[in-house]
Amino acid sequence: MNDMRLTKQDVDMQDVKISAKGVQVFYGDTHAIKDVDVEIKDKTVTAFIGPSGCGKSTFLRCLNRMNDTIDICRVEGSIQLDGENIYDKRVDPVQLRAKVGMVFQKPNPFPKSIYDNIAYGPRIHGLAKNKADLDEIVEKSLRRGAIWNEVKDRLHAPGTGLSGGQQQRLCIARAVATEPEVLLMDEPCSALDPIATAQVEELIDELRANYSVVIVTHSMQQAARVSQRTAFFHLGNLVEYGETGTIFTNPTDPRTESYITGRIG
Amino acid sequence: MSLADANTPAPSAAPKSSILTTDARTKKRNRAEARFKAYGIGAIVLGLAFLAALLVSIIGNGIPAYTQTFVTVPVYLDPAVVDKQGNRDPAEMAKTTTFGYAPLIQNAFATEVSQNGITTDMAPKKLADILSASATGQVRQTVLDDPELVGQTVEFRLLASSRVDGYLKGRVTREALARDKNLDAAHLDIIDTLRTAGVVNRTWNWDFIFGADASESRPEQAGIGVSMVGSLFMMLVVLVLSLPIGVATSIYLEEFAPKNRWTDIIEVNISNLAAVPSIVFGILGLAVFIQFGHLPKSAPLVGGLVLTLMTLPTIIISTRAALSAVPPSIRDAALGIGASKMQSVFHHVLPLAMPGILTGTIIGLAQALGETAPLLLIGMVGYIASNMPDGIAAGFMAPNSAMPAQIYEWAKRADPAYYERAWGGIIILLLFLMTMNIIAVILRRRFERRW
Ligand SMILES: Nc1ncnc2c1ncn2[C@@H]1O[C@H](COP(=O)(O)OP(=O)(O)OP(=O)(O)O)[C@@H](O)[C@H]1O
Ligand SMILES: [Mg+2]
Repeated sequence: MNDMRLTKQDVDMQDVKISAKGVQVFYGDTHAIKDVDVEIKDKTVTAFIGPSGCGKSTFLRCLNRMNDTIDICRVEGSIQLDGENIYDKRVDPVQLRAKVGMVFQKPNPFPKSIYDNIAYGPRIHGLAKNKADLDEIVEKSLRRGAIWNEVKDRLHAPGTGLSGGQQQRLCIARAVATEPEVLLMDEPCSALDPIATAQVEELIDELRANYSVVIVTHSMQQAARVSQRTAFFHLGNLVEYGETGTIFTNPTDPRTESYITGRIG
Repeated sequence: MSLADANTPAPSAAPKSSILTTDARTKKRNRAEARFKAYGIGAIVLGLAFLAALLVSIIGNGIPAYTQTFVTVPVYLDPAVVDKQGNRDPAEMAKTTTFGYAPLIQNAFATEVSQNGITTDMAPKKLADILSASATGQVRQTVLDDPELVGQTVEFRLLASSRVDGYLKGRVTREALARDKNLDAAHLDIIDTLRTAGVVNRTWNWDFIFGADASESRPEQAGIGVSMVGSLFMMLVVLVLSLPIGVATSIYLEEFAPKNRWTDIIEVNISNLAAVPSIVFGILGLAVFIQFGHLPKSAPLVGGLVLTLMTLPTIIISTRAALSAVPPSIRDAALGIGASKMQSVFHHVLPLAMPGILTGTIIGLAQALGETAPLLLIGMVGYIASNMPDGIAAGFMAPNSAMPAQIYEWAKRADPAYYERAWGGIIILLLFLMTMNIIAVILRRRFERRW
């Protein structure tokens, strides 16, 4: 109880980027997310952890309304981005997704050139006035994706021809190219080797300077390394949410403790 | 003793099997596998044998249709016959009918025969049975096209009659002529001599490919060209209508439509439509386009509309299969960076589905090209395609036949010379289908991309 109040104060002091209240998600009759309240802070990395099937991806996909693409999915409650409800009738999800970018678990570059992969977002959002502008955006994004040095000589080679780790960094670069305010990452390192993982983690740390990053991960070490705040989900409930350090060293809920120590999952 | 005993395995354990010998179970499985492979190879060999037999019979029967027997005859274009007024006015000259030209040609041919040292007691009229009945028309048309020729002796390459052509192709024998009123054995002797003299020869015949159909009694004159044009205009209609409608329908159903009872019903019905016999589409076309819509009978436009109805389900089914084969991660990727649904479909999904869509469309078109049954009911089968359409509009609206309808029509006619032409037509039809399939393969290769 005491902890919860502390968290509240903490949040009030810093900017709250996304604030979810009483979120419920149903897939048909399946109740996948049960009454979740979360406040995600700006310029912070927030990690979602929890056993498989507990609803991490589902909740993440609520934050940029990717769940709209699933016919049977129904979302209740309110999620506010900078104080505006993203499930308001007036919100166009397409416009929202330009602000809340997403990187998927499996690298999914377009079967186009590396350049076009990055340039696509800026093109459809009209972020570049001319070719030189676009070139600059592409270079900047690839640098931020920590992949520029590897691909600068073959920008017009197909993005699908890269290795898995390079593809994932390309996807991250593609996501940052549209200048989102929030970046959602669903297990971005699950297909990567330790070296690529380290690169991506480094990248996430850099991104924190400008964005609010939410990352789903199955690796407790990763959550501990990259995030400042951690949320633990279990069977659709948000069990515990707070400073990463606190969650890992001194969890309040017994379920969190057993998960972290490897007894449930 | 007891020490050695301890090292040997207990006798109760099963003997260790060696992997160097195959046990009964493995043998049985291997035999089953070998049998299955043999069935497969057998089926393929049987299929290839049928294909080979088909090709051999088609080519063997059809190739002769591409050559034709011609007789080279110098004809004196007597002004007294062809230009009675003497003013070289084509309108006036047209008053001389083909009948008027007959004596000219008969006499010219008789002269040619005697000049080659042949003596015969046949009258010129009977002698000219060697020539096709179309000869008079050919000479008349040449004169009308160029009145300056009147009064000159012009060398004409006239079609021989189909009996003579059949004789050169080995189809007509002397015995068979005993029962034939059109030609006598005596004619054949003359032909043999004229052949050595180079007056009668059998050469490649472009007119079969590009020419028009002829009447029942003149198979030597018939060509598939006009019905080919009919098929071409039909295919244009089919392509222009079924590709956009089919692709748009598929995109809507696959990417945009909510999955509910209504779309389920539509889906099931599209699959059912693909299985509807084509003749049903024919009668639908008759009722809707001709009787209700008052479009002209036998017109390639109507044929194209009917074939569009028939092709649409094929295109829709293959396009939807191609769309759903595009991995959903591509759609997520596009949506995830803020592309709209439509942008994600048109920029990413559609290009990836393109090879499948094009293949489906071409296969649908190829099906439509070879389809005969629906054309029966809208009057394209049985129409004698004897005139090239003049102009694009006429190409769509003027009555015409189509390649498979033409082939059916020829196969139905009594004269064996037409039978040969039916096979010849099949070769062209197959060449078209093969070309379309090759194009489908090439397009698929060109557009195929990894993801
Ligand atoms: N498209 C869907 N249709 C129906 N049920 C779904 C769908 N996606 C997820 N679910 C259900 O919702 C629940 C939460 O799934 P979710 O994918 O969010 O889990 P997760 O925490 O991301 O698991 P993982 O760690 O394995 O990725 C699961 O019970 C799952 O079966
Ligand atoms: Mg997940």
